[in-house]
Amino acid sequence: MTHRKQVLGPEDVRRAVTRMAHEIIERNRGVDDVVLLGMQRGGVWLAQLLGSEIARIASAVPIGTIDVSLHRDDIGMRPVTPGTSSDVPTEIQESTVVLVDDVLYTGRTVRAALDAVSDFGRPRAIQLAVLIDRGHRELPIRPDFIGKNLPTSSEEEVEVTPDGVTIIEGVDKP
Amino acid sequence: MTLHFRSIEEVGTERIHRLLDLTEHMAAVGRRPNPKVPALRGKTVCNLFFEDSTRTRMSFDLAAKRLSADTMTLAVSSSSVNKGESLRDTVETLDAMGVDAFVVRHRTSGVPWQVASWTPAAVVNAGDGWHAHPTQALLDAYTIRHRRGLTNDFSGIRVAIVGDIRHSRVARSTTEILQLLGAEVIHVAPRTLLPPTSDVATTTHLDDVISEVDVLYMLRMQRERMGAGIVPDGGEYSRRFALDERRAAALRSDALLMHPGPMNRGVEMMVDPTELQQSTILDQVTNGIAARMAVLFDLLGSGGIEE
Repeated sequence: MTHRKQVLGPEDVRRAVTRMAHEIIERNRGVDDVVLLGMQRGGVWLAQLLGSEIARIASAVPIGTIDVSLHRDDIGMRPVTPGTSSDVPTEIQESTVVLVDDVLYTGRTVRAALDAVSDFGRPRAIQLAVLIDRGHRELPIRPDFIGKNLPTSSEEEVEVTPDGVTIIEGVDKP
Repeated sequence: MTLHFRSIEEVGTERIHRLLDLTEHMAAVGRRPNPKVPALRGKTVCNLFFEDSTRTRMSFDLAAKRLSADTMTLAVSSSSVNKGESLRDTVETLDAMGVDAFVVRHRTSGVPWQVASWTPAAVVNAGDGWHAHPTQALLDAYTIRHRRGLTNDFSGIRVAIVGDIRHSRVARSTTEILQLLGAEVIHVAPRTLLPPTSDVATTTHLDDVISEVDVLYMLRMQRERMGAGIVPDGGEYSRRFALDERRAAALRSDALLMHPGPMNRGVEMMVDPTELQQSTILDQVTNGIAARMAVLFDLLGSGGIEE
């Protein structure tokens, strides 16, 4: 039996993204050197949304994607089919890369993303923006910009779309 | 159960589709400023080449390195095989050193299956006798898919494979993969170089099909076969089956000209293919690395679990 509980609605998501956009601009004193990289797949739409908010408030920034499937530390432990690719639209050597993901959980995907980004160059700084921080970190990684802290149990799953954030209980783990 | 990659038939449609998608992914990795990923760190790939090969061996070696695997290469001339050690002893000895995958090329059909019975490692067939060369087939299919902007459905694509079909493992494996994807394959060769039985359409007249095909796939014509009584002398073969100026002009402008290499200039290739916009011969070499990365990653990176 699964049970779904919506914790953020579409308006909440929009407001959280707007606030994060302001925070990114404030922290970096403008967005001249900022590049947004959405983490495949859940971070891609969020990076687009964040990018359009930043463009509305300040000015447009380059937006790309980063795929981490070949940098993961659990390769060989489960079936993997990388189906997405990295698209880094600009030179990142002297820029500030903001990694964008929908949910931050163990931190292992972010660790893999840090490696993946370094294959494209050495940014001046890398920051992390997530819509949901659900805890249960297994690595020393913390986000710079958070939409919402959402304490969850590891038995639950968190589903994030532009239409809202839902906690799903009673999911059978494979 | 250990997964292997030994023939297109054994691998099957579903996994071929997955491998083509994976090849696309690996090709994108290859275009990055740093084309190397840590995916297979700590894995060891051993190339066992009992037959001459430059491009396939180098391609596998680079593919494994791009995935951060360690590689060992045993080529026949430098090995104890020359001291009379049996193939089985060689495999078991190397296996005891800790090998995760063997890449095997041998002049005898079926050797990759034998090797797999002696080791728990994954086995990749890099060409066995006249039987199969499945990584060549995968890179060929990917090259067509990429150049024509296809998905994994090749229906409506007409491919002519020209040359020594009978003795060619490339022809066999590439025909299998293209048919499995829905393409229409026709074999073009003198009667003596066609298999005795086959369910593939055949013709002995290249000029009948050349202007219609989407892909013209030229095989390497081995000089040893000429003068062995199987084929008329070289000049006659070239007149009927080689790509010359006149035939090159008959090719459709959106057709692909493919060749597995190495080319025999002056035998099957009378023109310089680098001057033809239809040529994908160097793309095939580049795509070969991505295809072999996909195969190695599929075998060693997914925990051996079937999805």
